[in-house]
Amino acid sequence: MLLFIVFAPIFAAILIMFDAPARLTALIGAAATTVAALVGLFLYRPVPGGFQFVNAFPISQSWRLSFSLGADGLSLMMIFLAALVLLCAVWFSPPVEKSERLFYACLLFLASGAIGAFASLDLFFFYAFHELALIPTFLLIGIWGSGNRFAAAWKVTIYLAVGSFILLIGLILLYRSVPPAMRSFDLRDLQVVASKGGIAPAAQNNIFLLLLIGFGVLISLFPFHTWAPEAYAAAPAPAAMLHAGVLKKFGLYGLLRVALPLVPAGAQHWRTLLVVLLLGNIIYVGLVTIAQKRLDWMLGYSSVMHMGYIFLGIASANLIGLNGAALLMFAHGLSIALLFAVAGEIRRRTGTLVFADLGALAKLMPFAGFAFGVGTFAAIGLPGFANFAGEILIFFGAFRVGADWQGFHLFQIATALALWGVVISAIYMLRAYRAIFMGPPGVRLRNWTEQPALTTTLRWPAVLLIIATVIVGFFPNTLIHLLGPAFPPALVENTR
Amino acid sequence: MIPPPALEIAVVVWGLVLLLAEAFMERANRRGFAIAAIAGLLAVLIASFFLRTTPGPATATGFWTFYTADPLAIFFKRFALVTTILVLVMAIDYAPMIRIGVPAATPQAGLGEFFTLPLFTCAGLMWMASAIDFIMIFVSLELVTMSFYVLVSFTRRNPVALEAGVKYLILSALATGFLVYGITWIFGVTGETNLARITSVIATQNVDHAPLLFGIVLVLVALGFKIAAVPFQIWVPDVYQGAPTPVTAFLSVGSKAAGFVVLLRVLGPFLMLPEVGRVLVGVTAATLIYGNFAALPQSNLKRLLGYSSIAHAGYLLIGVVAFSGAAVAYYLVAYLLMTLLSFAVLIVVGNSAGDQIEDYAGLAKRSPFLAFTMLIGMISLAGVPFTAGFLGKYFVFDAAIRQHQVALVVIGVITVGCGFYYYLKVVRAMYWLEPAADATPVHTSPLSRLTMSALVIAIIFFGVYPQPILNALSPELPVPRMVVR
Repeated sequence: MLLFIVFAPIFAAILIMFDAPARLTALIGAAATTVAALVGLFLYRPVPGGFQFVNAFPISQSWRLSFSLGADGLSLMMIFLAALVLLCAVWFSPPVEKSERLFYACLLFLASGAIGAFASLDLFFFYAFHELALIPTFLLIGIWGSGNRFAAAWKVTIYLAVGSFILLIGLILLYRSVPPAMRSFDLRDLQVVASKGGIAPAAQNNIFLLLLIGFGVLISLFPFHTWAPEAYAAAPAPAAMLHAGVLKKFGLYGLLRVALPLVPAGAQHWRTLLVVLLLGNIIYVGLVTIAQKRLDWMLGYSSVMHMGYIFLGIASANLIGLNGAALLMFAHGLSIALLFAVAGEIRRRTGTLVFADLGALAKLMPFAGFAFGVGTFAAIGLPGFANFAGEILIFFGAFRVGADWQGFHLFQIATALALWGVVISAIYMLRAYRAIFMGPPGVRLRNWTEQPALTTTLRWPAVLLIIATVIVGFFPNTLIHLLGPAFPPALVENTR
Repeated sequence: MIPPPALEIAVVVWGLVLLLAEAFMERANRRGFAIAAIAGLLAVLIASFFLRTTPGPATATGFWTFYTADPLAIFFKRFALVTTILVLVMAIDYAPMIRIGVPAATPQAGLGEFFTLPLFTCAGLMWMASAIDFIMIFVSLELVTMSFYVLVSFTRRNPVALEAGVKYLILSALATGFLVYGITWIFGVTGETNLARITSVIATQNVDHAPLLFGIVLVLVALGFKIAAVPFQIWVPDVYQGAPTPVTAFLSVGSKAAGFVVLLRVLGPFLMLPEVGRVLVGVTAATLIYGNFAALPQSNLKRLLGYSSIAHAGYLLIGVVAFSGAAVAYYLVAYLLMTLLSFAVLIVVGNSAGDQIEDYAGLAKRSPFLAFTMLIGMISLAGVPFTAGFLGKYFVFDAAIRQHQVALVVIGVITVGCGFYYYLKVVRAMYWLEPAADATPVHTSPLSRLTMSALVIAIIFFGVYPQPILNALSPELPVPRMVVR
């Protein structure tokens, strides 16, 4: 089952390289993956006792490495997100002028890297699968990007490469700090070791710092965020959808899955630092976002900013906050994918994303206006959308950390400041909406008599994303009740 | 069951036979000699799996005090054989350039020697892998170096090749001088040339450490030249660029691997001295930084690979400092696969276009196969997972963390970032840029197509499943204890 989900996109990519019709094969592969992931979500039973659908193939006896796949509620949710965004990204792809086959193969590899990482039970392959996405990103931005694509591609590749090698050092240190008899890369074994206190607190501090920086670079944690807006602005829309929507969640998933449960003492130790940095994400990057004059850059910065909320949920380290963080990962993946998709269409039709050049597009492209509006409201966090459910859980979870009703401490202050982030995001999202879809037609649009509206083919993926975000927004419990077993008991106790 | 020394003897005899036959068969197609040489080496490679067990170092007497056939030695004998086979395959593709570069009356002149000389180098490399005595190390090193003198300046109509030959000759001779001088000092202090006995002398008797350190530093200078470690790397870019491409590949893989085997063996006794460890850490850091940063601005691919070979010497040295034979051996295998793959593509593209990176513009359109092959080679050199290059770096960093070499790990991670830049520069040219207007599709011969595919598969296979290589090396060399004075 998981084997199929992980290898279906890779298999489709290989077929495409061997002359299969590119778009059709990619669509079928992505659709099959999505359906399989949905089936997995339905089959999963949220009972304690860890991972289901386990497949394991031993690789090395001497350092106890095996290629093992398995999933619980959290990973299935992320796999479903990856598959759904992949499907929409492929569906949404405009006709590709040069090397069509390579384009779709890169998209599929990008997604399969993310899916493989979410499905891996083994830290080595968890890491390796994520890196699988690195070269396709480089090629996608470099070949089909726009604007300053060369610089952007270099920047994102080198940033992510260095970040992931820091992460690798952290993982090796984690492996080495376990007593020799129990050394393993298997998450399940490591969880057992960690629950018995097998990792010394001093080592935990170093490990968590390395993991935080490594994952932090991949997630665009302030101050390592500068690659993200540039890369997303330059990337072709489907690549930006996949990268911002799914691949960036790998780091958050890693923090939830590896850093927090395995080195809890380290997490406790660096908590203050994390809170300060995430406020940098929310407040500083939020203000930078307001200052943006182009839609693509603004969306890139906004996706960096929203990571701050998820970090806040992770830093709270209690069940409510973690559930909120997981939910917001899912919700943000959907909403940012939707926004990048619409932005890509606008760029393709008008040739620009500068706010001053656009305007009154709602009349010309009513459906795009509707979809962008939904994305805007979801990103701000209006009730009824999945983002709201995630954010409110995060705020509740973070606020109760160390609260003693005598006065405000670190987390109460952080939550209060983070709440202003909602206002900031309302400002820039609504301003963007007004500049693009309302008001007088922009400079570039006056000479255009008619803008073709989105075709039916392009409407369906947007509708899919909207449906998913609304369903989760109204019934967040459909996902939350699956998440329970993902978090170790020690963290759940924090909630009481 | 075959006695281990028979392998080297077979290679030398086969080389002599081919050389004689070449002298008497003027009309024969020289390509046949390359095929014959490859076939002979393949036979020796197969024979290496049926070796008789030999006495261990504790019980060794006579011949076995300067020749060993432990797992490390046998592993590197196979390594040398595989390298030479792949280099010969490349040499076949390179034959047209030899015809241009060698002044002669007949069109095939020089080709026979070009195909047979690597056999002697190979024998030298194999002896070096087995050498556990300074005299043996010196003699086998000279055999390797002598045949490289000829090979490096083989295309002697080309002034660049001549320059490379002269540089290699002078610096290599100088390094040899250092080696002999160092050995003399060590012999003078300990009274031994056998490495195992030197170990016991240092450990048990009260020897003066200052002259011993002087001797080992001189030996390290010579070995540093072989493996292209900073500050003995000055020759690398010019020689790599000037030499015929298959020879460059041979130099960068075979010569370096042999240097590392000898380094692992020689350092065994001396790592007990803490000063040696400190010198090595310094050399490693300098090599990593210089190799990676100097590679950044290169525009000639052969030169770039030269700097990259310095950089990889740095990563290998991390493994040496951490004294992990398995990490070094695995890294060398990965390095063999990816470097030879890159050089194989380099030869094919170089024949029709050139060695500049800009000559690779739009290769993805002119030859999707070559571009994909080069892509795999480059991302493996950079260290992307699911390739052998990544696992090599993984093992090296793992060994370093085990030995608490924090500084080297930090430098290693930073320089990996540089690596991504200069290796992906080639990918950029192949995939992002448009081909020149007059560019034609690149033709690849079936033999090199087969070799390249095999190398790509090997890179990915060992990148996912390293166990065969790790098994071949067990039991590992013991980690030496530090002497506290």
